[in-house]
Amino acid sequence: MRMVAVWCPDWPVTTARLDAGLPAEAPIAVVTANHVVACSHAARSAGVRRGLRRREAQSRCPELAVLARNEAAEARTFEPVVAALESIAPGVEITRPGLAAIGVRGPTRYFGGETGVLHALSRAVGGLPALGGADMLIGVADGAFAAEQAARRGLIVEAGGSPAFLADLPVETLDPSGTAPLIDLLRRLGLLTLGAFAALPARDVLARFGPVGGWAHRQAGGRDDRPVSGRRPPVEFTVTLDLEPAVDRVDTVAFSARGVAEQFVTDLAGHGLACTCLELQAFSENGEETVRRWRHAGVLSTVDVLDRIRWQLEGWLSRPGRPTGGVCRLRLVPIEAVPTGAHQQALWGGSGEEDERAHRALARVQTLLGHGSVLAPVLDGGRDAGQRTRLVPWGDEPATVRSPEQPWPGQLPAPAPSVLLDPPRPAQVLDDAGRAVVVTPRGAVPHPPARFGFSGDVVAIAAWAGPWPVDERWWNAESARHVVRCQLVDVRGRAYLVSATMAVDAPPNWQVEAIYD
Amino acid sequence: MLDVAIRKADGSTAVDLGRRAAPPLPVAPALAPILPDGLRRGSTASVTGSLSLLLALLGAASADGAWCALVGLPRISAEAAAEYGIELSRLAIIEQPGSGWTTAVGALLDAVDVVAARPPGGRSGLPPGDVRRLAARARSRDAVLVAYLAGADEWPGADVRLSARDGQWAGIGAGTGRLRARQVQVSAEGRGQAARPRSATLWLPAAGGGVGTVPTVAPVVKLAG
Repeated sequence: MRMVAVWCPDWPVTTARLDAGLPAEAPIAVVTANHVVACSHAARSAGVRRGLRRREAQSRCPELAVLARNEAAEARTFEPVVAALESIAPGVEITRPGLAAIGVRGPTRYFGGETGVLHALSRAVGGLPALGGADMLIGVADGAFAAEQAARRGLIVEAGGSPAFLADLPVETLDPSGTAPLIDLLRRLGLLTLGAFAALPARDVLARFGPVGGWAHRQAGGRDDRPVSGRRPPVEFTVTLDLEPAVDRVDTVAFSARGVAEQFVTDLAGHGLACTCLELQAFSENGEETVRRWRHAGVLSTVDVLDRIRWQLEGWLSRPGRPTGGVCRLRLVPIEAVPTGAHQQALWGGSGEEDERAHRALARVQTLLGHGSVLAPVLDGGRDAGQRTRLVPWGDEPATVRSPEQPWPGQLPAPAPSVLLDPPRPAQVLDDAGRAVVVTPRGAVPHPPARFGFSGDVVAIAAWAGPWPVDERWWNAESARHVVRCQLVDVRGRAYLVSATMAVDAPPNWQVEAIYD
Repeated sequence: MLDVAIRKADGSTAVDLGRRAAPPLPVAPALAPILPDGLRRGSTASVTGSLSLLLALLGAASADGAWCALVGLPRISAEAAAEYGIELSRLAIIEQPGSGWTTAVGALLDAVDVVAARPPGGRSGLPPGDVRRLAARARSRDAVLVAYLAGADEWPGADVRLSARDGQWAGIGAGTGRLRARQVQVSAEGRGQAARPRSATLWLPAAGGGVGTVPTVAPVVKLAG
């Protein structure tokens, strides 16, 4: 099976870099569980390697930008590349985000030779703006594994040349992370190249190493004969409803859509599938359109599909930029389907009926007010009250960036302030003589605070505590932070958390970070 | 469903016809003296004076499995919310509903158990019809609408009105200690079962976060000998 593979080196880095808005040449490492999983070229030349601990990576490359891995974003950013491959031939096989392959037998005939396919492919993926200047390598070989290895080296392996091409590669190629017990075993047996492994009789390998070993053996010998499978464009399950004449009322559309919604669900069910993520496209008669993806905690039933049609159209038809004409076409595209047996409602607690209802209502409010209007709070790590609360848009993975379990020395103990000001608002902290309170570099307060001015009025201070200096990230000029914090209680009994930067040549800029309301 | 009950002068129920099947939402033990029956489902409450009081009111219900939503409130610290017992995975925050305030609150009342909301521009920024409609929606959906109001504002038709005042911080001096706990006078008044005003002195927040009761009687000291 002749295949073309497309490989984007350091895909986790590219995705994280695009998310963080950093330039392509910046030294970047992507970490999970405190270990580097991928790094950029600049970081690699500074000595950063996969598997290093974060501290060690930072010590080798002090200006290293450490970013957290976001696998959902990796898949999302890779989508345009997959679409470009799909424009060449159907049946794209995605190994993981960053690496995909297609069979080229059909396209070779259509484009007139492999060179034609490669030209078409580089045209299709070369101009993708979503990649932000990331590298992309293309390789052609027999079999998906050989094609992947060819893509990593940017090679075209002649037809029938795969076994010879693979023979010289080290056995670690079978599992780049090097953690599989099989690789370790092969190395200890003295089988250092794929060729040496492939020379063993297949029957003995299967008997000794089991099906996993047998499969690795087939790959090593370039006899990778598994069929191209996996992602096929789900065209056959897409349903379309044409409305003639166009309709401008949500309930009318929803009523007419009942039939197609039912067909959509039963078509999938007929193939033993159930939809968990659905793309809903609606078009107006004057060419406007709305496209939203709806992910569901469970399996979408006909009623759920209709609900989503209603919510999306309600949002579309009621917002200020509403379409000028009525809705004339609806299209339902299944984005993700699971085998019917795979999804099961939680038996105890979990996604019960109540939770389902609440999720639905929040999704509805999100449609009405826009993405990012409904937020979920996440407890994060940090020394300041503001750092310890993070809000993520509803439906996104509520992952913590910094672990709140770590000690974070210097953080204020409970109780936490109830109201956070983001950004902090300027305030006046004055001493008896009406001058701004200064904290000396040794942490002394020569003139204690006596009056406090916030949002217009100045009142006397009844009690105060502090100052507590915070000297964070002093090794990095950009993210370094050196502030003093104080707690103040004014005569009306209101308590505030204030902070200021003490500079030698400028008056202190006191600001309120949080209120103990 | 109708909520018909004949009550005695002191507020206790004498005859109860067609009482709601849904049990009330629990409140923190420290709040029990002022809300002995918990938060009745389908009712409307209002909170003034302290955002901590609002969080304390939601805490026990959220820990018990109820979904909560905060609409139009200033940025709440997730840490403080967790200290009061709110389960963050069942909390949704809508910071800027804008002109869609009524729609958003109405949609949330459909499925979320407790909706705490601050009306834009105080109570006067809201037409009386909307106030009535939201209360009716809460009643028909067995949800609780908690209006958070500033200062002397009042939410018309609230079943119970909670207010906090006279906060006194403990643990902090002139350049010494830190904020440890606050003693607050919390009072509740309303109509129906809550007609008799009740009040209590609470730690809000208590030392280490959360809400606690301030003992009204001096503790018995065992003397030596």
